[in-house]
Amino acid sequence: MRYNALKILKEGLIGNRGWRPAWRTPDPRPEYDVVIIGGGGHGLSTAYYLAKEHGLTNVAVLEKGRLGLGNVGRNTTIVRANYFLPGNSEFYSMSLKLWEGLSADLNYNVMHSQRGLINLFHSDGQRDAFARRGNAMINQGDDAVLLDREGVREMLPYLDFEQGRFPIFGGLYHPRGGSARHDAVAWGYARGADSRGVDLVQNCEVTGIDVEGGRVTGVQTTRGAIRAKKVAIVTAGRSGQVAALAGLRLPIESHVLQAFVTEGLKPVIDHVISFGMGHFYISQSDKGGLVFGGDLDFYPSYAQRGNLPMVEHVMEAGMTLMPMIGKAKVLRSWGGIMDMTPDGSPIIDKAPIDGLYLDCGWCYGGFKAVPGSGFALAHLIAQDRPHADAAGFRLDRFRTGVGLMDEEGTGAQHNLH
Amino acid sequence: MRVACPLCGDRDSREFTPVGGAELVARPAPEAGAEAWDDYLHNRVNACGPSQELWYHGAGCASWLVVERDTASHEVLGVTLAREVAR
Ligand SMILES: Cc1cc2nc3c(=O)[nH]c(=O)nc-3n(C[C@H](O)[C@H](O)[C@H](O)COP(=O)(O)OP(=O)(O)OC[C@H]3O[C@@H](n4cnc5c(N)ncnc54)[C@H](O)[C@@H]3O)c2cc1C
Ligand SMILES: [Zn+2]
Repeated sequence: MRYNALKILKEGLIGNRGWRPAWRTPDPRPEYDVVIIGGGGHGLSTAYYLAKEHGLTNVAVLEKGRLGLGNVGRNTTIVRANYFLPGNSEFYSMSLKLWEGLSADLNYNVMHSQRGLINLFHSDGQRDAFARRGNAMINQGDDAVLLDREGVREMLPYLDFEQGRFPIFGGLYHPRGGSARHDAVAWGYARGADSRGVDLVQNCEVTGIDVEGGRVTGVQTTRGAIRAKKVAIVTAGRSGQVAALAGLRLPIESHVLQAFVTEGLKPVIDHVISFGMGHFYISQSDKGGLVFGGDLDFYPSYAQRGNLPMVEHVMEAGMTLMPMIGKAKVLRSWGGIMDMTPDGSPIIDKAPIDGLYLDCGWCYGGFKAVPGSGFALAHLIAQDRPHADAAGFRLDRFRTGVGLMDEEGTGAQHNLH
Repeated sequence: MRVACPLCGDRDSREFTPVGGAELVARPAPEAGAEAWDDYLHNRVNACGPSQELWYHGAGCASWLVVERDTASHEVLGVTLAREVAR
């Protein structure tokens, strides 16, 4: 069923009785060409592009719970292409271009809003670093504008510019950055994959990965055994556990990242803003809530909730940057499980077992990557060679030390990103 | 989270730095080879549930500790001095 404005009008007149579920709920078949483990954003987009770009439709996505209730439904939805290092730059640039055509491609409104992202800086040294990053973005073909303090003040008059400790020197403005509606992205890809014949199997936890003679042959699940020629592990924070089913140990530690939302307010914050001197970034959702977050709690966790020290830090940083936020009441907070790699960059690669693929290590930045990651992983699965824009996301870069992508420049070591 | 340091007693988790899985205590020999070192430096057990972790009590007695903690609930199950575990 294609969605359009006329259809909405018509359904309004007949009491909305004509809508159908956006995807089927099939039982798993005994065998598929490709099995994707994990029905989050990345698993669903991979299935969609396998069908759309490569004509592979004998595909199943196996999700242990319901579609889209993992990180894809728990993140703060910032979409940007302001990366600095080769490997990351071209990938996020490609992903942002897919975002820009996504609603039309999926015939589903993902509410991609390019409201502009501003990364603030608070010292001369930080200005230099952001100028350099902005130049890297421009070289990549994306957009960046270096704003001075007055430039920022024009756009964000409500910040505390005279803050004694961390005065605002300016900001790096990325006009094409913004946000999108998280659930809609999962649902849109699910609908697109399903309508092309992909089976989306929910409440189906993978409990074993079958390997014979160094080659993957299928998976064991809570809904029975399923044979497959190719299997992809796309389980974000659970990647380590699922890879262990195939006897693999990954360069991944799972951590908790928290986020917060206030009660709904009238429009007040028009952009996405990140503070340069404490862990705090913020945007306003279309419903009016101020959505904000900070950094990891920095201890391994699968709890999907965090502790108070980081809550306190984020609130303090918010109050420092924009004292007006003290008037808003926090409505909810939550956490998600982050698959952290040593260098803070992801992995899209073949596993050391034939027919097994890995898509993981998205850390706290994998929402913006949902289109690009699915596009690149589908390419890798279908053609058995990496997509050019994701060729740097190799599993062996930690062992060889070649091609590490440490955007923060803190070292390619666990617990530093 | 509160962590009961064997030397300092029950303390706020902010006094500590979690460093990673306690497999870090078992450092490979210098000439153990690239694979062993890659595994030691990068790959992780990353268990969901009771895990052994290496923590550093930086704002206290500066001891290295092995903290047994449930990563699914954040419950701290036990704390030992790392030098006793390494022995
Ligand atoms: C608080 C927070 C804020 C964030 N903010 C941003 C942001 O602003 N911008 C950004 O780009 N990124 C952000 N991220 C990161 C982003 O959400 C993730 O990197 C991304 O969603 C991960 O990929 P996914 O959508 O496929 O993961 P998920 O949605 O977690 O999908 C993985 C799926 O695998 C399933 N699964 C696990 N084990 C099994 C099994 N054994 N069998 C079957 N299925 C299984 C899970 O149930 C889950 O549905 C944020 C994350 C969090 C938690
Ligand atoms: Zn102590």
